[in-house]
Amino acid sequence: MPSLTRWYIKSALIYLAAALLLAVILALPPSANLPLFIRYLNPAYFHLFLVGWVTQMIFGVIYWMFPIITRAQPRGNAHLGWASYGLLNVGLLLRVVGEPLVGARPEAGFGWLLAVSALLQWLAAVIFVILAWPRVKEKYRGG
Amino acid sequence: MPRLSQWFIRAAFIYLLSGFTVGALLLAHKGLPLHPALWSWLPAHIEFLLFGWVVQVTMGMAFWILPRYWQQPRRPNPGYATIAFVLLNLGIWLVVAGTTFRAGPWFLPAGRAAEGAAVAFFALHAWRRIVSREGT
Ligand code: HEM
Repeated sequence: MPSLTRWYIKSALIYLAAALLLAVILALPPSANLPLFIRYLNPAYFHLFLVGWVTQMIFGVIYWMFPIITRAQPRGNAHLGWASYGLLNVGLLLRVVGEPLVGARPEAGFGWLLAVSALLQWLAAVIFVILAWPRVKEKYRGG
Repeated sequence: MPRLSQWFIRAAFIYLLSGFTVGALLLAHKGLPLHPALWSWLPAHIEFLLFGWVVQVTMGMAFWILPRYWQQPRRPNPGYATIAFVLLNLGIWLVVAGTTFRAGPWFLPAGRAAEGAAVAFFALHAWRRIVSREGT
């Protein structure tokens, strides 16, 4: 298993655990008197699960198992893979911080955090598709 | 990877990009308002990513990688899996037409029915491939 796949899958597991922990906090009754910003973490819960866990797990397995391109560069340009991994994770974490900040204190001027998070995650997907697209093909038979 | 898996997975990548594009616009809009009409794209975002990406990439991988038969056709009843591909994509667009584009009250249930039928056809194909090494 290539090291990028190990990073994807281990990160995915951590996000799953984080999503489930957040689910517990979000399910607490109002009498728990949680701080206001917690209320704005519902979309973060969904996306820790769907982007952090599901999508990241799929990316890791695709990078590992899809047919290789050539023996010399089996999985394409690995730098692209690492760039996509970094952008996706920084982007997602920015969202988890940014959404409750913007929700609880809209006047504080943190809206740009969400725009940056959006751009990073979008770039991560574009780069991953550029990397994986040529590997959607028949088995490599040499040459 | 067989031809049908290539179709499933290429389509899934296109939905991943479309869904992330809509999601990124929505997220940016939450921070720095762009256009109020963007919210009507939320159902398309969800549909593209849950069915177009997650379900479709999973079906493509499963068609490729589940245990195969020793004799031809090595993947039994491929026609069922092809029907699943067509119905899934039809369903996604019917749902988007019924929600984001407000095309009429029947589009959403028709889309959901097509998606459900796609899953049923895929299960019909895959069921007999879900076996142990001994084929039991
Ligand atoms: C596989 C990936 C994804 C899936 C399956 C997914 C699914 C969903 C779902 C189910 C919702 C509705 C949540 C709710 O009702 O509270 C949602 C909302 C949303 N998603 Fe995603 N999403 C994905 C990726 C993304 C990405 C990458 C972005 C941004 C770059 C994004 C941005 C948003 C936004 C802004 C909302 C609205 C949140 C709100 O209610 O304020 N999503 N998504």
